Amino acid sequence: MIAIESLTKRYPRVTALDRLTVGITPGVTGLVGANGAGKSTLIKILLGLAPATEGGATVLGLDVAREGSAIRERVGYMPEHDCLPPDVSATEFVVHMARMSGLPFTSARERTADTLRHVGLYEERYRPMGGYSTGMKQRVKLAQALVHDPKLVLLDEPTNGLDPVGRDEMLALIRRVHTDFGISVLVTSHLLGELERTCDHVVVIDGGKLLRASSTADFTKSTPSLAVEVTDTDAHPDGTEALRSALAAAGLSVQAPGTAGAPGAGHLLMVDATDESAYDTVRDTVIELGLGLVRMEQHRHRIAEVFQAGDESGASGTDPALAPAAGAGAAAAPASAADLALQPQKGGGDVA
Amino acid sequence: MSPEPHATTPVATPGKPPGQRGEDVIHNIGYRNYDGPRLGRGYARTSLFEQSLRGAYGLGRSAKSKVLPMLLFAVMCVPAAIVVAVTVFTKAKEMPVHYNEYVILMQPVIGVYIAAMAPQAVSLDLRFRVVPLYFSRPIERGDYVGAKYAALSAAIFVFTATSVLILYVGALLAKLDFGDETKGFALGLVCCLVFSVLHGGIALTVAAATPRRGFGVAAIIAVLTIPYMLVSALQGIVASQDNTSAIGWLGLASPGSLVDGLQSKLLGGDNAFPRGEDLTAAQTSAYALLTVVLIAGTYALLLRRYRKAGL
Repeated sequence: MIAIESLTKRYPRVTALDRLTVGITPGVTGLVGANGAGKSTLIKILLGLAPATEGGATVLGLDVAREGSAIRERVGYMPEHDCLPPDVSATEFVVHMARMSGLPFTSARERTADTLRHVGLYEERYRPMGGYSTGMKQRVKLAQALVHDPKLVLLDEPTNGLDPVGRDEMLALIRRVHTDFGISVLVTSHLLGELERTCDHVVVIDGGKLLRASSTADFTKSTPSLAVEVTDTDAHPDGTEALRSALAAAGLSVQAPGTAGAPGAGHLLMVDATDESAYDTVRDTVIELGLGLVRMEQHRHRIAEVFQAGDESGASGTDPALAPAAGAGAAAAPASAADLALQPQKGGGDVA
Repeated sequence: MSPEPHATTPVATPGKPPGQRGEDVIHNIGYRNYDGPRLGRGYARTSLFEQSLRGAYGLGRSAKSKVLPMLLFAVMCVPAAIVVAVTVFTKAKEMPVHYNEYVILMQPVIGVYIAAMAPQAVSLDLRFRVVPLYFSRPIERGDYVGAKYAALSAAIFVFTATSVLILYVGALLAKLDFGDETKGFALGLVCCLVFSVLHGGIALTVAAATPRRGFGVAAIIAVLTIPYMLVSALQGIVASQDNTSAIGWLGLASPGSLVDGLQSKLLGGDNAFPRGEDLTAAQTSAYALLTVVLIAGTYALLLRRYRKAGL
């Protein structure tokens, strides 16, 4: 889809992209980076709107420096900022944008009706856009990027300003753009957790340099670990340590995560759950020791850890914005292991 | 790169008879790919031109947006109709107002129209940041600027030429000399054209400088009227001093008097300058040169304005 070859973009005072080389395959690809990491500059260059200082790139096999116009005919772009005039309706606006992409009038009308329906705008599409909610505006912005049936869409921060529900809907929609519409997606975000759920591949850039590019599965596949927290009892004054040795004896690999950061981290054990039996082993061991199981949650490795790799704080996913809980939430009170077992959702606050 | 069908929900495919369980099934037809023609840059440019031109008369926009242009259009045409009526009924030997003269006379009305419509053409796109959407499509900077420039000029041309047309039709109804009137009409259209392109460029350049529509309106009215009033006042003073050549030179200083001087010399009209003297040869070339420079200059400035506006 996109091939970027040692792409460099220098502005008089800053280097926005520094010898970036990365290939992007069909599917949904997340482009992650902090503000100012060079995401927008990259999009500009990919659309053939800004010349690269060095290196080059091809989009859909077309050279960005020479065939910008042809690229823009087959690529859709959804900007990060507001871009909708308030006094026209979504239908009129999207029809006009479709014609700007070269669609004849009747096709533009048909495609507009189709596309607005697909993004979930119905009767309100005949009303002036000034009265739309942020969620509806984002849908129109997405619709104008899809209306000419591009091969690839570039979405710049599509979930910006949306509430959690709107965010989920938008992410599901983006997923559908690929699975149902067959359009490849390059979506930027600074929220890793979002991309984890939506993307097939993730490209992380920082300071214009490539930090990492691989499939989302690679990011998160490394053995899922179980976070286990237990209470102390009279028989085992240090329940955590007791469980640790018992589990080690049972043949599971157990690490005590670093103490820095997370509350109660000192009482957490990270158990590598190589297969399903690990869950049973943990449960049985806890019961044998007579400990109270406070929590046992699945703990997938998260993309956020890319940024933390090298930090000594191995306890990842402490920022709720970056890491949606993969398993169940922490139980509030000690509960008997038998109660909990593998139904973490039952171990919630209702026990207390 | 051939478009693959990606409709998820199977539809009544041609092979099977649709609606096996009953005819009243609503099919979710899923996503349909578009494999029709893509008409490219030229078509997009024309579409933008057409949309902007319609927008300049409030067509395709809310009812509220139609009020002002239509009202001004009426104000522009009614006096022409009155002139025609007077000519027809008094059986005059010639029209009381010449074609070019009418355009110059109606400058205040045209000015208000331009001031209202030029910001509408460009400020909205800038203010609501629609411009990046245009530039993420096949068209280039020059296409956008060219389409907007042409559209506003065409809108002003329609605005002015319609009244000239009314005068011409009236002249024919009054059975004035066909040859003379046709020649005058043709020259009148050329005058309208020069007027439209020049004023369109100036107004767009001013309007594109600010995303605020109100500022744009005020600034254009200021640019079009203040120099004109100044020039007229100064010309009046100079005329009382019997300095006839200075009158011509002063006329260079405002777009209105520029067109006026040009049409009086080259398009067979009379100018509204005090004493009504024709321009000298040197002055005429200065007028023509300045007109061309202004048109090219405003276009170049507009191109420059949009250099940074993309994305």
